[in-house]
Amino acid sequence: MNIKEKIIEKVLAFCALLTILTTVGIIAVLLFEAIGFFREVSIVDFLTGTEWTPLFADKNYGILPLVSGTLLTTFIAIAVALPVGLTIAIYLNEYAPKRFRKVLKPLLEVLAVVPTVVYGFFALMIVTPFLKVFIPDLAGFNALSPGIVMGIMIIPFVSSLSEDALAAVPDSLRKASYGMGSTRFQTAFRVMVPAASSGIMVSIILALSRAIGETMIVAIAAGQTPVFTFDPTVPIETITAYIVKVSSGDVPQGTIAYKTIFAAGITLFVVTFILNNISFWIKNRYQEKYE
Amino acid sequence: MNRAKINRLKDKAFKYFGIFASVIGIVILAIFIGFVIYMGIQRLSWDFMVELPSRFAENSGIYTAWMGTVWIMVFTTLISFPLGVGAGIYLEEYGKKNRWSSFLEINISNLASVPSIIYGLLGLGVFVRMMQMGNSILAGALTLSLLILPIIIVSTREAIKAVPSSIRDASNALGASKWQTIWHQVLPASFGGILTGVILALSRAIGETAPLIVVGALVYVPFAPQSPLDEFTVLPVQIYNWVSRPQEEFVINAAAAIIVLLGITFIMNGIAVYFRNKWQNKMQW
Repeated sequence: MNIKEKIIEKVLAFCALLTILTTVGIIAVLLFEAIGFFREVSIVDFLTGTEWTPLFADKNYGILPLVSGTLLTTFIAIAVALPVGLTIAIYLNEYAPKRFRKVLKPLLEVLAVVPTVVYGFFALMIVTPFLKVFIPDLAGFNALSPGIVMGIMIIPFVSSLSEDALAAVPDSLRKASYGMGSTRFQTAFRVMVPAASSGIMVSIILALSRAIGETMIVAIAAGQTPVFTFDPTVPIETITAYIVKVSSGDVPQGTIAYKTIFAAGITLFVVTFILNNISFWIKNRYQEKYE
Repeated sequence: MNRAKINRLKDKAFKYFGIFASVIGIVILAIFIGFVIYMGIQRLSWDFMVELPSRFAENSGIYTAWMGTVWIMVFTTLISFPLGVGAGIYLEEYGKKNRWSSFLEINISNLASVPSIIYGLLGLGVFVRMMQMGNSILAGALTLSLLILPIIIVSTREAIKAVPSSIRDASNALGASKWQTIWHQVLPASFGGILTGVILALSRAIGETAPLIVVGALVYVPFAPQSPLDEFTVLPVQIYNWVSRPQEEFVINAAAAIIVLLGITFIMNGIAVYFRNKWQNKMQW
């Protein structure tokens, strides 16, 4: 009996250990192939070069065009998701009747449930033609349309995390503000939001990390032209879209083109890893302020 | 106008802006979905479901794609369900509150926010190349399993946490061992919550595209897979394939396939919500 209990515990511990192995596996795979890449390409050229043409005869390995493409779509997505998501969080927490809340929250979750490839279709087939009415110069592939659609997708992400942060602020602060004669608007923006600012910061950082790693929307609608630009109306390419492009074709293992997707991947991983850990740090540092 | 009036006006204005912000995303999504249904419904037929892919859009169907999706989902479930629930049980029932367990916890939430395409690279490096599984269903299912493992672990832990300790104490007092308590008391009591989490995780996996493209699902597959070591394609990858072609007919095919994919996703989420509500109503401790 005792032995059986011990074995079960070991088996369960192994399941938990798998999560560590996954992390180790990710880092090992990315490092192994990326080191092979950096043997042939200097890391300085990689980080500062403004031309990315690894699949052409005249090869250049500067990641900056992919980085600028990624930052551009990410910035547009955050510009959409942050004001809308934060407004929803404030509205639900300070204004909305309970019944409205109960109906709205699951509906908002639907936005996060739709597969990203479907959002990509929306961006390419609906949003881009629609935007062209207002911006005639808009290219068929551009950063603007997938950025907006990605923003819509991460609205529930921002709103639910920010709402949790607002809900964690003690009610006494709200009551004190009302007692001073403040309106709900003043209470929300002068008391609640500042008090919940660390949690709201966390939601922004996690949304950033989500947007940077988002793949299918940009792979479908942003184009496959790596150019170092911050113009949202022309075709660009993001880090993720580049990895998809190369994986779609037949690139033999061991070639430098094959290694580039791991070099791009490790760049992506490092950036999102840093963002995630900043959010943990903020959470741990400021979380217990009110407890 | 005095200040008080202006303040009240601002208050009102923000209220309406709040309502607007709350519904705008949902309204836009509804318009999108309406558009897709309008565009794709004409192609949706029995033939479309059972036809093999073809160079000609009108003759193309999604048979191989949804068969691939079924294969992938069966194996993903078989792999991720026991592993995720096992890890969840370990962390909640056996894990001690020390550095090691907090490291495990940080690691899991970190994994949950690693971009899915990175899992694709992991799968490509480990399963496809190192273990030489090739572009097989098994490699795809293992990749997706690792991807959704953190979601299953977190929801398992939450479901187990909701079981009151009085139940464990009662079971222990009657002489049950730790595992007997877990198996006969804790798991049945938390099963609804665990199931909800697993279904939600699987509905996430069914729509995943990028990691499967990286492990090689974007190949031309003329037949439905027969074994877990066969090459495969799945619905979302088929949609990507059709969307990225210039011909209008293929885009219509993509719209029709999207209707199918959205249908499956919404049904799975509906089931999960149903379980959650049922479980929450039953489990009023």
